[in-house]
Amino acid sequence: MNADHFTVLLYDLTTGKGERIHLEGRDRVAGGSGLAALLFNRYGQPGAAWDAPEQPLIFAIGPLTGYFPLMSKTICAFTSPYHDQYTESHGGGRSAMALRLTGLDALVVIGCSPGPCFLEVNSTHAHTRDCGFLWGQDVFEAGKVLRRISKGSGHRSILRIGPAGENGAAIAGINVDTYRHFGRMGGGAVMGAKNLKAIILQGDAVLPLPQGNRYAKLFAEVHNQVTATGMMKKYHDLGTPANLEALNDLQSLPWRNLQATADEAVEHISGQQFAEQALLRNSACSGCPVGCIHVGFVREKFMDSHRYLYRQVSYDYETIFSLGTMLGVTDMSGVLSLLDLFEKAGMDAMSAGVALAWATEATAKELISVEETLVPLTFGDCASYRQAAHSFGNGANEFYRLLGQGTLKAAAVYGGEDFACVLGQEMAGYATGEVFFAAQALGFRHSHLDSGGYSYDQLHADKDIDAAVAFLVRDEASRAFMTSMVACLFARSVYTETLMAECLHTLGYENLAATIPESGANIQKIRWQTRFAGGFQPASIPIPKRFFQVITWKGPIDPRYLQSLQAAYGQAICALAGR
Amino acid sequence: MKILTAPRMDRCIGCHSCSLACARLLHHRLSWDTAGIRIQSSGGLTTGFTAVYCLACISPPCAEACPTGALQPRRDGGIVLRKKLCNRCGSCAPACPVDAIYIDQEGEPFLCLHCGLCIPFCPHDCLEMAEASNLRPRSSSKPLEPAS
Repeated sequence: MNADHFTVLLYDLTTGKGERIHLEGRDRVAGGSGLAALLFNRYGQPGAAWDAPEQPLIFAIGPLTGYFPLMSKTICAFTSPYHDQYTESHGGGRSAMALRLTGLDALVVIGCSPGPCFLEVNSTHAHTRDCGFLWGQDVFEAGKVLRRISKGSGHRSILRIGPAGENGAAIAGINVDTYRHFGRMGGGAVMGAKNLKAIILQGDAVLPLPQGNRYAKLFAEVHNQVTATGMMKKYHDLGTPANLEALNDLQSLPWRNLQATADEAVEHISGQQFAEQALLRNSACSGCPVGCIHVGFVREKFMDSHRYLYRQVSYDYETIFSLGTMLGVTDMSGVLSLLDLFEKAGMDAMSAGVALAWATEATAKELISVEETLVPLTFGDCASYRQAAHSFGNGANEFYRLLGQGTLKAAAVYGGEDFACVLGQEMAGYATGEVFFAAQALGFRHSHLDSGGYSYDQLHADKDIDAAVAFLVRDEASRAFMTSMVACLFARSVYTETLMAECLHTLGYENLAATIPESGANIQKIRWQTRFAGGFQPASIPIPKRFFQVITWKGPIDPRYLQSLQAAYGQAICALAGR
Repeated sequence: MKILTAPRMDRCIGCHSCSLACARLLHHRLSWDTAGIRIQSSGGLTTGFTAVYCLACISPPCAEACPTGALQPRRDGGIVLRKKLCNRCGSCAPACPVDAIYIDQEGEPFLCLHCGLCIPFCPHDCLEMAEASNLRPRSSSKPLEPAS
């Protein structure tokens, strides 16, 4: 609270030594996204490969983390194996609160352990422990063993990888506390390259709070706002899967590798269906009363005489899109069972589903065969997808290992670039139109959360390039500040600039509170400069032909508008970075 | 006399709002530990959550173990904490049969005082104050002398 410097633990896996350091720059970069970029500029090696031992793996939180509701996310930053450039991935669970209660603003892991290990950090100690016995274990089994080994049930966060990360898949994620992830851009492979199976954050610090009742009163107001408004219902009730029917109605839901944008079969896997028939319970990130995590269950008969097992799988809109509609799988158990397999392997389920969708169409077009895929892939054939998911997640052959580097890497060898649904990385589930396609293709982390392009598409039928680009730039700056606090972006309607300023002021960050727009723009600029330093060139990002063939509620995609948007947004990004 | 109860923990989503509220409002700290109610996952998140808090013993072993009288039994269970009398010996924590007392690094004990400040922050109504005398049959063990 009210620290004008950052407290950072720099841990070197090569030597097994760590040091706590203090860094200046709070008023300039705030924390979270801004702090991660600051740290990467200090410890990162822009010219070196993603898996060079000296490359840092950074976890950063913000000045409001833990002090206010829904300030519950952690920024993970690293050089991505996907494109060998700087990137971020965001995750929740207990990671943010646990990091706060280690007394740190950030953890920076450098070096490479001589053998498989896990890193334990609390408020007074940091050390690694050998864990060769965990290498090769899936995410859930590893979690069970780590919970047994370490102390602090409920007051710790366990980040771990599965076989996909150990094998260097560029779409391998980092699992956080079973149900959350640093999913995208290959953070799991970065841990694997460092021989780092897991990180356990023990939140055992006791931190002071501001004197007087102003802070407690403001906390109660924010708590009441997030629990009393429709936000609670929106994210807790059906959750993000409510988008399935809404986007299908708008002809914006990708089906069967984006060969269609609507299908009546959505009724079988709608948010309502999942909530009524598959939802087991909700769960929450620490410090968030909303509880948006939806945990579904799958019951499987594994032997005669009614021998069953059950699995608990957290689902969201994005994973139902990637492993459901994108693969033409329209039964809920099928979607959840595929999701469970990718969870175990520690592979990002969004990217994996989109990659399998490409492989299915490539099979139909006879570019690949069972020689590559090991099982015949057909849209809707969940049984085959289950076998493929196991092979893919564990890198069973050369084809799947290549596909794990990204769909376009496989398409470069086998053909089929035209129908690879890749916008900087495998697409998110929004075939809303030109603005989203340009926004994801060029967005900082190629995420639907970089800016609200999908929302802009749904509200604007006009084709005003300047207005759209201005929106993307402005919205990104605003989100860059929120992800420097670090807020869950579900809370963006609650945490207005005014409220964030009040929260910062209450904790003693007067300068930051007075300069939110300027800080957001500055963080946006620093992040882009960091990305450019690794070789980013907006003009080199392809938008495959498939995206030009999409039909949405606005009609067919306008190729000239999309190309013009891509060019104009690319120029705007270059200008942001001073290029 | 009312005591804190957690009759609906099967609704718990593990947000920690209750324990963070206790730490914030009663103890003026940000902490998972220095709170009278602490949430643990009962064997990983897949198996739900447990609330660890004082279950309001009629004859509190923690009070018996306290050498200075800092912990005094309440009439219907639980204790009253007199911080000024506490010599921070830590004897109370191991005496608690349900591990409800947390001792911080300075030796200060933290346990539920049955004030109910945490309750409004639970989004799923897991917690409530209840009349102790309505909750359980009279204990056969003789109560300790209550705090005056």
